[in-house]
Parts: sequence; structure tokens; C-alpha cells
Amino acid sequence: MIITLIDIILLTFMGATAIAILRLRSLFAVVMLSGIYSLLAASMFVALDAVDVAFTEAAVGAGISTVLMMATLALTGERERPAAHTTWLPLAVVTVTGAALLYATFDMPPFGAADAPVNLHVAPRYLNDSFGEVGLPNVVTSVLASYRGYDTLGEVTVIFTAAVAVMILLGGRKGDDAGIKNEPPKEKLADNDGDGDTA
Amino acid sequence: MKHHRVLRIVSKLLIPFIMLFALYVQFHGDFGPGGGFQAGVILASAFILYGLIFGLENARKVAPPAVVTRLVAAGVLIYAATGYAGLLKGGNFLDYGVLGATPVAGQHLGILIIEFGVGTTVAASMITIFFLFAGRER
Repeated sequence: MIITLIDIILLTFMGATAIAILRLRSLFAVVMLSGIYSLLAASMFVALDAVDVAFTEAAVGAGISTVLMMATLALTGERERPAAHTTWLPLAVVTVTGAALLYATFDMPPFGAADAPVNLHVAPRYLNDSFGEVGLPNVVTSVLASYRGYDTLGEVTVIFTAAVAVMILLGGRKGDDAGIKNEPPKEKLADNDGDGDTA
Repeated sequence: MKHHRVLRIVSKLLIPFIMLFALYVQFHGDFGPGGGFQAGVILASAFILYGLIFGLENARKVAPPAVVTRLVAAGVLIYAATGYAGLLKGGNFLDYGVLGATPVAGQHLGILIIEFGVGTTVAASMITIFFLFAGRER
């Protein structure tokens, strides 16, 4: 009962935040509100007993993405330009898609149902045998690090790739102030554009 | 941020605890909620907070970009090397059971090592991305 009440309150706040994000033109406020939205989502995950996910959402969504968005705002403008096109077509697409998704939820098993397909496949094995096989009280860690070790290696590689991509896009040029210094080039490149660097 | 005395003092007080909490999440992730991903992000947020308050130049002195960028790759390598260690000991790739005296001890050791690799890559990636974003000039 109390959980239902908390869910309703959190979802109302999330809805209100989303609408405010849509209507505001000040991007500074939008960045702050998206941080609040992430924090509300993290609270929602706690209410759903998914503390590991809530942890990540709070740290990444509310913390680091907000900082990165602020850093981006410092480079761009702080106000969003009014939309040049009408909003009726996007609204219609979103409404139809949302209605279809809602319709699909009627066929889903109730939340937390013991006979839901997701709880009948490998979950019983993890819950019953993981303590004997891996010996960790936190089944999430057992699944993430041991049973699904390949997937986690892939995820780490994705993060590695993301960092490398950002380095390629934003850094690496000798002489700019991005903090990642290149090794000195083997042969002197021509300074074509005459601004003191060789880019 | 030089004139925000309250922010500077409060963040100076908070940063050690943020880092300690990151270590707790990292090495207690087997027993409580958390693990390498969360710990890495929390550790990175300590450095990012330092960079926001005390300036990018000081943050680069604390976490030299040359070191941090190498740590991005080191984490993935630690993870993959643990997988190959299992192969060399006669098991499957990423099978930690053969790493210890008993399968359960091996699993413990393997998970601790790969979580450390995950945390290293995540923290270093987040710090690198922050340095690059914050270091851009208009």
C-alpha cells in the first residue's frame, strides 16, 4: 500500500518534470530538471528493489551527465530557439506509439508474478545455486561478474570505446587545451592555415 | 570558483569521504549493492568535484591525463587477462573457478579482480571525458 503511494507520487513528479522540460526554453533549467528526473528515476528503482541500478542511475544520470551537459552549455547558447515546425505530427506519432505500448502492457504478467516467463527461465537456477557455485550473497554481482562475465567484458569495452571516441572527437590535437597531449610528431607537419598549429 | 569559500571548504571535507565510499562500493560489491561500475563513477565524481571547485589545471595535476588515459585501457586489459588466466589454468575463458584452491575461492578472486578492472576503466573514462569536455573553449 505504502509502496503504491510512493510509486504514484514519484511517477507524478516524473511526469511533471518531463512536461516542464518540454515547455522550458532556458537550457540551464532543462539540464537541472533532467538531473532531477534521473534522481526521481533512481528513487523509483529503489522502490522496485533494484538498488544496484538505482546506484548507477543516481551517479551517472543525476551526477556526471548533468556536469557534462553544463560543460556543453558553457560552449553553446543557454536558450533554445523556438521550433520552426509545427508540433502536431510528432505529437501524433508519440501518442500512437504510447497507446500501442500501453496496449501491449495488458498482455504482460503482473509485476513480480512468480510464474512470469522471466522468472521461470534461468532465474531459479541463479537464486538457488549461485551461493553454492559462486558463494556471494549478492546474486546481482554473481550474475553480472561470473555467469554473464562475457556480457560485462563487452560492457567495459563499450565504455572504453566511448572514452576513446570522445578523445578522438574532442582531444588529441597538439596545441589545443583539451588536456590530452599527443606524442610529438615524427616529422614536422606544414602549418597550412597559419594559426600556429599544424591542424 | 575562487571566491566560493563555503563550496571550497565543504567539498574539501567531502572528497575524502566520496573516495572512501567508492572503495567501499568497489570491494563490498560482492556482499552489498554496488560493484565496479558504480564505484568507478563515484570515484570519478570525486575528481570531477575537485575539478569544478579548484579548477581544471589543479585537477590535471592530481590526475595527470597521460596516466588516466592509460588506465582506461588498463582496466579492460585486467579484465581480459583474468579471462586468459582461466584458460591457462585449464578452464574456459572467464571461468574463475580454476583460479583458486577451491572453485568458490577462485570465483571470489576472479570477481574481485574483474570488478577492479571494471572500476578502473569506468573511473578513468569518466575523468577523461570530463577533462575533454571541460577543457574545450568556445
